Amino acid sequence: MLPTLIIVFREVFEAGLIIGIVMAVTSGVAGRGLWVVGGVAAGVLGACIVALFAGGLSQLFHGSGQELFNASILGFAVLMLGWHNVWMARHGRELAAEMRAAGQAVVEGSKSLAALAVVVAIAVLREGSEVVLFLYGVAAAEGGASGSMLVGGLIGLGLGALVCLLTYLTIPTRYLFAVTSTLIALLAAGMAAQAIAFLEQADILTALDQTVWDTSWILRDGSFLGRALHTLIGYVDQPTAMQLIVYGATLAIIALLMKVFAVPHQERPRAA
Amino acid sequence: MKRNVSALFGFAALASLFVMHAEAVRADDPVTITITIKDRKFDPAEVHAPAGKPIALSVKNLDSIAAEFESEALHVEKVVPPGREAVVRIRPLEPGRYNFFDDFHRATQGVLVVP
Repeated sequence: MLPTLIIVFREVFEAGLIIGIVMAVTSGVAGRGLWVVGGVAAGVLGACIVALFAGGLSQLFHGSGQELFNASILGFAVLMLGWHNVWMARHGRELAAEMRAAGQAVVEGSKSLAALAVVVAIAVLREGSEVVLFLYGVAAAEGGASGSMLVGGLIGLGLGALVCLLTYLTIPTRYLFAVTSTLIALLAAGMAAQAIAFLEQADILTALDQTVWDTSWILRDGSFLGRALHTLIGYVDQPTAMQLIVYGATLAIIALLMKVFAVPHQERPRAA
Repeated sequence: MKRNVSALFGFAALASLFVMHAEAVRADDPVTITITIKDRKFDPAEVHAPAGKPIALSVKNLDSIAAEFESEALHVEKVVPPGREAVVRIRPLEPGRYNFFDDFHRATQGVLVVP
């Protein structure tokens, strides 16, 4: 039971953090619960499909299929997060104020919610596919799903949900925009840097792949806190030069686009 | 407006992909090492590789259940489905001992020794 619990928890932990952030960020937006639940459901379904085709996926692109797949969906999540921030920079105030309940705002808001639902789905899919593969392995080794496996899995899942809840409760949604847009931007930058790590692992990306520093003596990225920071702000104990560049570039691009598109309606939009 | 945003993002993503592809600096052929996983054991559990050369670690999973080849020291995390082979590419290493394990079965341990 314990190994199942530990592995399931470790995998759902990251997804729990991300869902918690999305819940906090969308706090007060009508219909967000449905979108988040939909994202989770799509992610679970996707995880099962990915696990089912894991064998075929790993053989693609000369054995680098997994890395390319991970890098692609992470890249897509980065785009969704960036788009959400830019959208919020333009419409956030209307949404948060009197128009919250108005039909138009709900329709508009749901576009931005859809982007975040995709992010949730991707987070669940990535972590979930490993859970499915692992549980399938346990079940196969024990000749069928056993009670202890189910209990371990459920407790692990419950702890993951707790992480999600704690994240949600910890983030001060009152300072809505400044806090949440920063959180989302850091999440996006971390994911972009992780996508780079996958491309480096697949040997597709070799430029600037030397390690710049090593802070593993302070905090290993495999430790509990390291993993949490890895998800939240993209902490890596031995980043490569390319990872750092992409991390910085992602933050800069998102900040720039938010500035460019945040012009008030009465002003003439300036050329970027 | 929204179209502009997506176009900008798309362009940025494409541009960075091209930069990534730009140039492979290393000319060395990788040193190939093969490890099998059978009955949830690495065979061999200790492998050796020269320092300063890229390594291609081929991990064959002969078991009927999935494994996840993982190493914090090597920064590798890769699922190896049952009956499949995964190639893990490792950049040139400094001398040392680099532990690896099966993340789905933590008792399955091995080490890469670079003298």
